[in-house]
Amino acid sequence: MRAGSGLPAAGSSLAPSPKLVRIGGVLASLVLTFVGLTAITFTIGRVMPADPVLAIVGDRASQEVYDQVFLQLGLDKPIYVQYFRYLEQLFQGDLGKSIMTTQPVMHDLLRFFPATLELATVATLLGVFVGIPMGVLAAVKQGRWPDHLVRVISLIGYSAPIFWLGMIALLVFYARLDWVAGPGRLDVFYDGIVEPVSGILMLDAALAGEWDIFHNALSHLILPASILGTFALAYIARMTRSFMLDQLSQEYILTARVKGLPEWQVIWGHAFRNVLVQLITIIGLTYASLLEGSVLTETIFSWPGIGLYITNSLFNNDMNAVLGGTIVVGICFVGINMLSDLLYKLVDPRVR
Amino acid sequence: MTALTLHGWLLAEVPVSKTQARCQRLFIGWLAFSRNPVAVIGLLIILGLVLMAVLAPWLTSGIALEPELANRLQPPGREHWFGTDGLGRDIFDRIIWGSRITLYIVGLVSIIVVPIGLFIGVVAGYIGGWVDNVLMRLTDIFLAFPRLILAMALVAALGPGLENAVLAIALTTWSPFARIARAEALTIRNSDFILAARMQGVGTAGILARHVAPLCMSSVIVRLTLDMAGIILTAAGLGFLGLGAQPPTPEWGAMISLGRQYLIDQWWVPTMPGIAILVVSLGFNLLGDGLRDVFDPKSGS
Repeated sequence: MRAGSGLPAAGSSLAPSPKLVRIGGVLASLVLTFVGLTAITFTIGRVMPADPVLAIVGDRASQEVYDQVFLQLGLDKPIYVQYFRYLEQLFQGDLGKSIMTTQPVMHDLLRFFPATLELATVATLLGVFVGIPMGVLAAVKQGRWPDHLVRVISLIGYSAPIFWLGMIALLVFYARLDWVAGPGRLDVFYDGIVEPVSGILMLDAALAGEWDIFHNALSHLILPASILGTFALAYIARMTRSFMLDQLSQEYILTARVKGLPEWQVIWGHAFRNVLVQLITIIGLTYASLLEGSVLTETIFSWPGIGLYITNSLFNNDMNAVLGGTIVVGICFVGINMLSDLLYKLVDPRVR
Repeated sequence: MTALTLHGWLLAEVPVSKTQARCQRLFIGWLAFSRNPVAVIGLLIILGLVLMAVLAPWLTSGIALEPELANRLQPPGREHWFGTDGLGRDIFDRIIWGSRITLYIVGLVSIIVVPIGLFIGVVAGYIGGWVDNVLMRLTDIFLAFPRLILAMALVAALGPGLENAVLAIALTTWSPFARIARAEALTIRNSDFILAARMQGVGTAGILARHVAPLCMSSVIVRLTLDMAGIILTAAGLGFLGLGAQPPTPEWGAMISLGRQYLIDQWWVPTMPGIAILVVSLGFNLLGDGLRDVFDPKSGS
């Protein structure tokens, strides 16, 4: 990324530190990306449908209702005015009303978001804590069987359709082996017992001391999280392997070995420490793509998160809900990417 | 020409014609490529897919799309290799016909995405300055978008269907190609042969189209092959959600979606199309890795 472009302070007489310029660059592109994202959702919602009013009120509405909504949407004003109004509403957290639930979309999203967050977070953690050791192992044993095994696993991990993998996993581990609980977040008779504090069920159950519910929630979570985590694992293992190989061929590694350092210290203390910095971006990218990628997993596992909400809204022609969900996921996606970019720039001494 | 002299011609130290030079480059690339067994497997899978699509009428009994209720939910066996689905249709036949749809999706996305990415990247890299800045900001914006969700929203607005799904995928896929083409154009821009062409009076458009763009192609093709798996998975995902190809089209993702209700008792109905998707996307990934090692040995693993 060309740091600092679009930032007037760059190169001025004040001469801000290069780090500030870089942060400014990231922020500038964050704003730009946000404008682009909203421009697209605006276009999808207001410009592309032949008659956005009809899309909201349905074709059985009376002329008065039609006119009212027409004015409400500000469709009598020029496009750019409509866009600014759209942004204004967005900043106030107003995403319109959902037809399906008759609630404000923002309210719905807040209710569904914790489930997605829980799923994606656990999946990413699985990817990190299994994928990184796998990648390191593959790099250390390059060309031998652990390496081949890791490469095959990660290749399958990002080649398999995730919704299909989820179905097979349900068939095997739930229907046949009965090792885990089925679709959903909780068994029906546990529903509504625990007071939702954070919305993250396992956390709430643990806080309330309801360990039965905690176990049930975990049993529901483990399968979808592993399936979603497969992709994370594949990607993280692959990148870790290639970063590690890169480091292990450097001269400082040879120096460390010649110095007589034990091999584990060479690997974990020297090579891996440098890899870790590069992995920040990778983990951020993975997390963001899992938040998005959970759509299909949630559909398979009836996981009541944003993905399922968007899919259900889609089939009910509930455009406000679909676009609201898209915006929120989009903002998280962009935000996490930028954050990891920023973090990388702050941590890596070479960028500093 | 005998084999020996052909070999000699292909490996001659000094090529005497343009054709010979081109063939030599291809041949040397092939030598490197064929030394990588994994990449060759990938190539074979993709060739198999193409053959399946071309020979579909001869490989199937031809009634793959017709329901035959007396035959419903037959398990895999000699009669029906992959069993039959809920409407009594042979799953093997439908997978064969579905290969045409997979190739159609992949082909259509490629012919939309590559020219757009190439054009934006080459123009940005060669012209530079504010043009570069504006175009690359635009590319960055698209690069930062969540792909599946955006495709879903687009399809929701345009209406479900194969073409709209392709369009939605294309809109979220072109940006990496622009980045790659720009990087290549930046390195080519100051070469002597570009200067020579300019002094001969070739215009900017001519230089871009005839001298810069062709040199970007190899990186673009490698990236395209690696992206194919992602494109196939996204298309299958949209099909699975009911947003892509509509039944009775034998699109693999839609087939899984239809077979979902039979998962517990007739596992083969949703499983077989999934295996087809897995194999093809595996094929593209293997092929892409292999091509990358040939064209760009540095970035390979």
